[in-house]
Amino acid sequence: MSCKTLYDKVWDLHRVRELPSGSTQLFIGLHLIHEVTSPQAFSSLEEKGLNLFCPERTIATVDHIVPTTNQIRPFSDHLAEEMLKKLEENCSKHSIKLFNLGSGNQGIVHVIAPEIGLTQPGMTIACGDSHTSTHGAFGSIAFGIGTSQVRDVFASQTLAMKKLKVRRLSFLGKLKKGVFAKDLILHVIQKLGVKAGVGYAYEFSGPAIENLSMEERMTICNMSIEGGARCGYINPDKKTFDYLEGKDYSPKGKNWDAAVQWWKSLSSDEDAIYDDEVVFDAAQIAPTITWGITPGQAIAIDSLIPKPEALEKSDQQTALEAYKYMNLKPGTSLEGLKIDVCFIGSCTNGRLSDLKKAAEIVKERKVAKGVKAFVVPGSEKVAKEAEKEGLHQIFIKAGFEWRKPGCSMCLAMNPDKLEKDQISASSSNRNFKGRQGSSKGRTLLMSPAMVAAAAVNGSIVDVRKIIN
Amino acid sequence: MTQASFFPFGPIKSVIGKCIYLPGNDIDTDRIIPARFLKCVNFEALGNQVFMDDRKEIDNLHPFDNDNNKNASILIVDKNFGCGSSREHAPQALMRWGIRAIIGQSFAEIFYGNCLSIGIPCVTMSEPNIKSLIYKVNTFKQLLFNIDIQSKKIIAEEDSWPLKIEKESRKMLTSGAWDATSILINGKEKINITMKKIPYLNSFII
Ligand code: SF4
Repeated sequence: MSCKTLYDKVWDLHRVRELPSGSTQLFIGLHLIHEVTSPQAFSSLEEKGLNLFCPERTIATVDHIVPTTNQIRPFSDHLAEEMLKKLEENCSKHSIKLFNLGSGNQGIVHVIAPEIGLTQPGMTIACGDSHTSTHGAFGSIAFGIGTSQVRDVFASQTLAMKKLKVRRLSFLGKLKKGVFAKDLILHVIQKLGVKAGVGYAYEFSGPAIENLSMEERMTICNMSIEGGARCGYINPDKKTFDYLEGKDYSPKGKNWDAAVQWWKSLSSDEDAIYDDEVVFDAAQIAPTITWGITPGQAIAIDSLIPKPEALEKSDQQTALEAYKYMNLKPGTSLEGLKIDVCFIGSCTNGRLSDLKKAAEIVKERKVAKGVKAFVVPGSEKVAKEAEKEGLHQIFIKAGFEWRKPGCSMCLAMNPDKLEKDQISASSSNRNFKGRQGSSKGRTLLMSPAMVAAAAVNGSIVDVRKIIN
Repeated sequence: MTQASFFPFGPIKSVIGKCIYLPGNDIDTDRIIPARFLKCVNFEALGNQVFMDDRKEIDNLHPFDNDNNKNASILIVDKNFGCGSSREHAPQALMRWGIRAIIGQSFAEIFYGNCLSIGIPCVTMSEPNIKSLIYKVNTFKQLLFNIDIQSKKIIAEEDSWPLKIEKESRKMLTSGAWDATSILINGKEKINITMKKIPYLNSFII
């Protein structure tokens, strides 16, 4: 059993009591909600005649269903309008702070909470959304929950949880040029598989991780869940504190000094014990891209789609399904594969640094003919910053559409959808069948730089060839 | 859609019903309930929409459209079922179709917890055992199976197979404590004590 890791320390601090069932009642420091997984939780709370226990510890935004072209209310999609109305009603009834459209702080829930300083080291964070693992980048223990659990947090600010095991993933060396955080995490998922993390919290550490910016660290923790781990985290360090200093919700003055001191004590101890450990060499990682229908079906851009016999027996069936669905042949390369749509955005890669990297590639180039390319900033803040730096002009000049913030074509609950069996180069996190809005649509996950490169090239290309 | 009788309620010691087998590893919650059906403020309509795209795209008959499987309440799956998004809409859709328990080789974690919190037991079996169970299901289409959570067995006529279920989940199901809210609220005094020692709730001065 693990001990003296950050996970253990945060768990112990938030433990309320052991329940008769053998689970632990755990206090949740920050509860984030959005329009998709909260309405049923509010109804169920009200059916039980209950109120929010700590309304001030819940923060809401709207992200999944918002249109990214015209955001004038009422939305033309009346179902989407109804969902936002319900959220507004529920938030005002229960005194919950809502960052609504136009507030300046609206955006994808996992983008906005860090950028306004809500996400802090040592917190337990829950949200009815599996990518809550993102917030682990700050050394918090953050995980996705279902709607019934959203209700439990409303009612008690606690959850019945079972303690996870802790696996340390250490990354030696340094990422090479043209290789990004997204490649690192896709590489991990490809190597360990999509279910390896079940029952574990992932601690990402080592020099290659320490080298990453906070935004890159968020990309890594974000996709822990694609590797099966409900929560992933990185020990807080100076970069974490520098990022947080001065943010709206960050502690101020005397409290700031006390906070930093406490945060420093949270990192896993030198002699911490882990349940498992895996070591990677970051320098060996190439731009990585998915070819199939699970995030684990990925390859280095300079290698070939695996043949079934090269895969583990238990992975072969899903591989056969993937070749068929994707209409791709084993033993071939993805380079040169024509693409129809390029999507830059999502809680994985919709932050300012992601847009900057993509803009660098797009600059002075044009989107290839026949390709629909669009950028959806992760939040209103990201959009504003990007516009201040003129990134939007670079994209628009190249032929990209510049949209308003939201989840957009990451899951296609708004009007942005693939059509028929279109192929999308996407900076998002899931390539499941039908994920981007068409039941035949095909998604290839990659870094924003690779998406940008594909957009100007018209087909999949190794981004290293473009930047060299 | 199978007419769902009652939704789970109170202690769940066993689930008795016909089985439906859905082959495939890594079946994600986007496939169980595609995102466009998440545009709802309650779960009521989900039962008809379960596996909608898979059912539409499949070359032959999808198990959920096969008349033989009508009224089935026990779903048998392979590995890593329910991976992906945390949407409780997925178990809710299955429950509203009529599923009351799931047997698999393994489950994704959030999905497993979501099922538990609405009273749908997810039990696991080894690969050989599950194969033998599926063989039985395929041979005797109308046979009733009993998932006995208390004795950790699946029973059909004279046959039985061992099943695995986490100790905590078993306790929660058999005692009726799977609906956690009231138990959690009862801990209010202890919650307040915990809150007093958490630095970020106390200006970092402890
Ligand atoms: S961007 Fe995609 S993965 Fe992230 S919260 Fe939105 S829908 Fe979920």
